[in-house]
Amino acid sequence: DIDDAGHKYCLELELEDVLDKGRTVLCAAEVLYPLGSTSTAPEVQVTAQGELRSTEEADKEFYNRIRSLEKELVAENIPDSHGNVPPELEPIHLLAWAASGYVIWQNSTENTKFHLAQVQHVKQVKRSDEDLQFDYVLLLHEMVSQEVIPWEVTVLWHPQRGARVSRD
Amino acid sequence: HQVLRIKTKNEEEVKQLQLLESLEHLELDFWINPSAPALPVDVRIPAVSVQSVKAFLESQGIEYSILIEDLQDVLDKEKQDMAESAQRQRSSSFDFGAYHTLEDINIELDHLASEYSFVEKIQIGESYEKRPLYVLKFSTGGSNRPAIWLDAGIHSREWVTQASALWIANKIASDYGTDASITSLLDKMDLFLLPVANPDGFVYTHTSNRMWRKTRSKIPGSVCIGVDPNRNWDAGFGGPGASDKPCSDSYHGPSANSEVEVKSVVDFIKNHGNFKAFLTLHSYSQLLMYPYGYKCTRPDDYAELESLGRAAASSIRSLYGTTFQVGTICKTIYQASGGSIDWSYDNGIKYSFAFELRDTGRYGFLLPANQIIPAAKETWLGLKKIMEHVQAKSS
Repeated sequence: DIDDAGHKYCLELELEDVLDKGRTVLCAAEVLYPLGSTSTAPEVQVTAQGELRSTEEADKEFYNRIRSLEKELVAENIPDSHGNVPPELEPIHLLAWAASGYVIWQNSTENTKFHLAQVQHVKQVKRSDEDLQFDYVLLLHEMVSQEVIPWEVTVLWHPQRGARVSRD
Repeated sequence: HQVLRIKTKNEEEVKQLQLLESLEHLELDFWINPSAPALPVDVRIPAVSVQSVKAFLESQGIEYSILIEDLQDVLDKEKQDMAESAQRQRSSSFDFGAYHTLEDINIELDHLASEYSFVEKIQIGESYEKRPLYVLKFSTGGSNRPAIWLDAGIHSREWVTQASALWIANKIASDYGTDASITSLLDKMDLFLLPVANPDGFVYTHTSNRMWRKTRSKIPGSVCIGVDPNRNWDAGFGGPGASDKPCSDSYHGPSANSEVEVKSVVDFIKNHGNFKAFLTLHSYSQLLMYPYGYKCTRPDDYAELESLGRAAASSIRSLYGTTFQVGTICKTIYQASGGSIDWSYDNGIKYSFAFELRDTGRYGFLLPANQIIPAAKETWLGLKKIMEHVQAKSS
């Protein structure tokens, strides 16, 4: 307990790339949940030791593929009811997962536990600059209330600049 | 034995083979007899003669190739294939590694009941939308033997549970008589399995909303539909950990047992009067829990349930390394009132456990179908561990 501030948690985590199992990165994190307020995101400090694999080539391949689409990408229900994700939509799924991490962080309290349940809808929006833009509707499952909540999220992505989230 | 294919180039060679044919002591079995140069000659040769026949052919410059290296191998494999196919025919073409509709599940329940004399399909009630609530009764005899209850799919979106229940039903039925543990269990106890505890919700997840959890009952005074059937039991009903708002996914309902899906089970179990265990399947999170959920104090049988839970989790882990956390509902997941295993425990059924199956959030409710059978297999090991203990304590 931190008087007048909130509750602070000190964590030791092991990070693993689900697509590169066996290699882990050790992280130390401090999470401060603000006192009282449930509309302020917890403050997070993280340090990580070690490196994850390079995704440079896969990033480039995805970027070029999407940029060269004639019609803007549109998809829904990822994974589908049976848990399937078509291979060409896997990066879209992964990007959604990263974006959901941001949304979950912004909306977490000590009494919530969120997971991404499904990408309900995704629409690519072509841009004049170098970024890719995807407008998602993400379904987030909150464990304590058991609610599945739709969330609109706009994600910008670029191979070097990475992912950025802006909320609608 | 080998089977050779001989390619004759001319009439002369054909005559040589016809000579060979006449040598009865070789016991050659021509599948295609030598007749004309253009046609191949296939011959089965007993093991003892293989070398000498080959030597003969080679000395005459007659071309041959080996059609079948070892005939016995081929026959053995064929026999095995036929046995497997017959087994598949008997157990129908139901794919336990796929997700099915309610119709298909009900057909498979009928199939199991008709195929095994000790399996019976009974109806314990009807859902809100008038769908039958079907239970498979596994009983090898006796009269109202001590019994074990197992249900799945009370929360309709948790698809791996209904799918696992089907696999488990088939496993129990087909292993009775060969597996010592199951045979011993069913010789002494009965098992009642409700694979789809919330059929209305289940159909809704197929037709309209894959994420539907609750029943589909109309709530007086609200536009929202459905009650969380695992907040509707008469155990701390209406307490913390359930919502009083009809639109909530954890809405407890207007009163305890207001949901016919819940009341039907309650009535059935009370009327039976001899249940020793109450087991229920949920997903996801990989947890193995025992009472209480409605209060955060330990049950009287805490030590035994904790120990049994750990043993079961250990069995689960032994198969694929999948880890399940063990503990009371309140400590492990959250405080939740009106839950089924709290009711069963407070009504004298000591061995009350709730499982949360795979995974831990990566796919969540949308677990890929290729994980159904692994999930069912590992869960079964945990259930079996509990059932064995129950049987030991019930005799």
